[in-house]
Amino acid sequence: MLNKNFYLILIISLVFAISFWIGFNVNLLPAEASINAPIYDELFKILFIIGLIIFIGMTIAVIYSLFKFRKRNDQIGDGIALEGNLSLEIVWTIIPSIIVLLIGLYSYNIYDRMGGMKELNHNHEMMSSNTEKIWAGISQTSDNEIAINNLSIEVSAMQFAFLFNYPKGNFISGELHVPVDQKVSMKMESKDVIHAFWVPEFRIKQDIIPGQPTILNFTPTKVGKYPIICAELCGPYHGGMRASIIVEEESDYNEWFNKNKKPEVNL
Amino acid sequence: MTISIDPQKTNNESLQPKGWLRYFSFSLDHKVIGIQYLVCGFLFYLIGGTLASAIRIELASPMSDFMPRDVYNQVLTLHGTIMIFLWIVPVVNGAFGNYLIPFYVGARDMAFPRLNAVAFWLIPPSGLMLVASYFVEGAAQAGWTAYPPLSITTPQSGQIIWILSVLLLGGSSIFGGINFIATIIKLRRPGLKLMQLPMYCWAMLGTSLLVVLSTPVLAGTLILLSFDIIANTGFFNPVLGGNVVVYQHLFWFYSHPAVYIMVLPAFGLVSEILPVHARKPLFGYTTMVFSIMGIVVLGLVVWAHHMFTSGTPPWMRLFFTIATAFIAVPTGIKFFNWVATLWGGKISINSAILFSCGFIINFVFGGITGVALAQVPFDIHVHDTYFVVAHFHYIVYGGTVFIIFSSIYHWFPKVTGKMLNEKLGILHFIITFIGFNLCFAPQHWLGLNGMPRRVAEYDPQFQFVNQISSLGALLMAISTIPFLINVFLSVRNGKNAGDNPWNALTPEWLTSSPPPVENWEGEAPLVEEPYGYGKEISEQK
Repeated sequence: MLNKNFYLILIISLVFAISFWIGFNVNLLPAEASINAPIYDELFKILFIIGLIIFIGMTIAVIYSLFKFRKRNDQIGDGIALEGNLSLEIVWTIIPSIIVLLIGLYSYNIYDRMGGMKELNHNHEMMSSNTEKIWAGISQTSDNEIAINNLSIEVSAMQFAFLFNYPKGNFISGELHVPVDQKVSMKMESKDVIHAFWVPEFRIKQDIIPGQPTILNFTPTKVGKYPIICAELCGPYHGGMRASIIVEEESDYNEWFNKNKKPEVNL
Repeated sequence: MTISIDPQKTNNESLQPKGWLRYFSFSLDHKVIGIQYLVCGFLFYLIGGTLASAIRIELASPMSDFMPRDVYNQVLTLHGTIMIFLWIVPVVNGAFGNYLIPFYVGARDMAFPRLNAVAFWLIPPSGLMLVASYFVEGAAQAGWTAYPPLSITTPQSGQIIWILSVLLLGGSSIFGGINFIATIIKLRRPGLKLMQLPMYCWAMLGTSLLVVLSTPVLAGTLILLSFDIIANTGFFNPVLGGNVVVYQHLFWFYSHPAVYIMVLPAFGLVSEILPVHARKPLFGYTTMVFSIMGIVVLGLVVWAHHMFTSGTPPWMRLFFTIATAFIAVPTGIKFFNWVATLWGGKISINSAILFSCGFIINFVFGGITGVALAQVPFDIHVHDTYFVVAHFHYIVYGGTVFIIFSSIYHWFPKVTGKMLNEKLGILHFIITFIGFNLCFAPQHWLGLNGMPRRVAEYDPQFQFVNQISSLGALLMAISTIPFLINVFLSVRNGKNAGDNPWNALTPEWLTSSPPPVENWEGEAPLVEEPYGYGKEISEQK
């Protein structure tokens, strides 16, 4: 009996060890290029390890049962008449409940750190009242922080392109340029069907909906060029609906901004 | 409550064609209707599978080069719609439900035989209509979710035919659901208690409740959508002040429970198959019943997890995260119970048990990615990517379709009186299992790294992994060949099965194979312990 328990403990520890090793050493995610990304990857790692433990454990249990309890040729009759085991069933109800609850609380914490639980109202000048309904993506910033810099951008999506309007510079660009390490706030609206704004390296996504502006805030952390991908089926050329986000040093960004800036037209 | 023969129906039966012609008639026999559902569903599975192959051929290269882009969208829309509404839902509910439920409750037929036949005969015309819409002006191309405004702005005839077809199929599903509830509650043989019913009855009771509660919402939604398309109303059209997100709420109010409509019956079927081949009672009958009902209740309040990137306020995201994640608890209980059913048994290693165990492994994997997807911050990155495609194929293919095959291997001897060839069956399992995992496991990585779903073209960096996936799809296509050969050979020349080749205890095995028209020559047997393996009762056999 002791022998049996020893093997059980050995196998369980092995499953844990393998799962932790894979969880910490196998990277399935793209580069991290925003404040959100490392937070996301932390959650991913935890879920990946828990998932591996459960999956490897269950797979071993199934394959072991098939092998160990297979019917030999000389055997007749049935297995044991075991109809249930109340304490065992209580254990495997309560433990998963606790795990699920902890995962839920932990992901709430992650979501809060990403800024998802903050009240969003995007403080654009052209928005006359704060009664306008804004449905939200992720917020990382408060409005005051955004108001003091130029990084309020308006995104329009249409079949099959993104356009980026820089109200402070009074120009529209097909590429999204942002300076590194600064908070960006985007108000997005679609001209036709539903689109979505997704930057895999930033781990953010938000649908762009016709008739209903949405907001997405983020802070890039790594200089480079990343794809902006439409992630909501929007028509035949959905797969080609791409744009680029160029994260650059602040001086480069200012140079680009000033080159494109147009004087305000006074009416 | 009586189980005597309805004289009107008997007259009708005597006018019915005999032999294989029965299957092309408006038969009222639940067994004939069950087989009609199964064969019709399988034909649509072959069509849907052909469309899936076309998708994987297109995705074997990064460019959109195999078919025009709009045709690609039609293909993926038809693939999803056919596989859900014409293959999985009709087969796990209609086919096995019709065949087995009257046996399990000790009845001679379903509660409403004519409604039952109507429910089946709605399926072929709506399915053919759906497929034929391709030749009108092009089929629907807004995905099986048909989100407005895209579904309003794409060519109208295809979308309208799609709506009509799904409405008919939904009607068929509701008729079936009402019939199952009535049969399970009211047609039970005298002396048979609810807690003595085989688990598949409980699964079908839960499923049918979901069908009856949620399908009408889909029907109403699609009727409003059709008004938006043909009558220029503005329910969901933002140009006329409509709200596109409301459509998503209404759509997912049906379509998330639809996932349980597809998997709960499979949970029931595997609960019938495992005890027979493991020669052990089903572990934890009572907790299984409660977990089914728990899934039904929770399944109705989780729909908005499909909309974490749409416009949803933070509190709503939080609520639906917790509710969704908690479905893992009753689902997990069932998986532990199945493994415990295997534990200590005397398992015959055959095609049925292999497909069932393949189901457990695949579904655990899909369930784990499901719990991860329920977490808002996790979902925001992978929503609408190949990660989600991989996840739900692990649930509906790796889960339910594996169980459909397992059930065919298990009940084929009952339906035909002939055994299927085991060698071909095991070959079928091996190719399917390898092909399936090769096709869908790599797609998780694709989604995490930036490949959205429903695209005909993608970054060249994803080509190699997509080709692995396409290779897996090729194996899945090949895997149907040994299965079809097996079925055709066995129907003609299979080994005689006898009445009860597995020595099973559930009531359908206590009659001849194939069973007579009204199920039993004499009175229906009272089976109080459908899983009483390892007890005296089985030693008498």
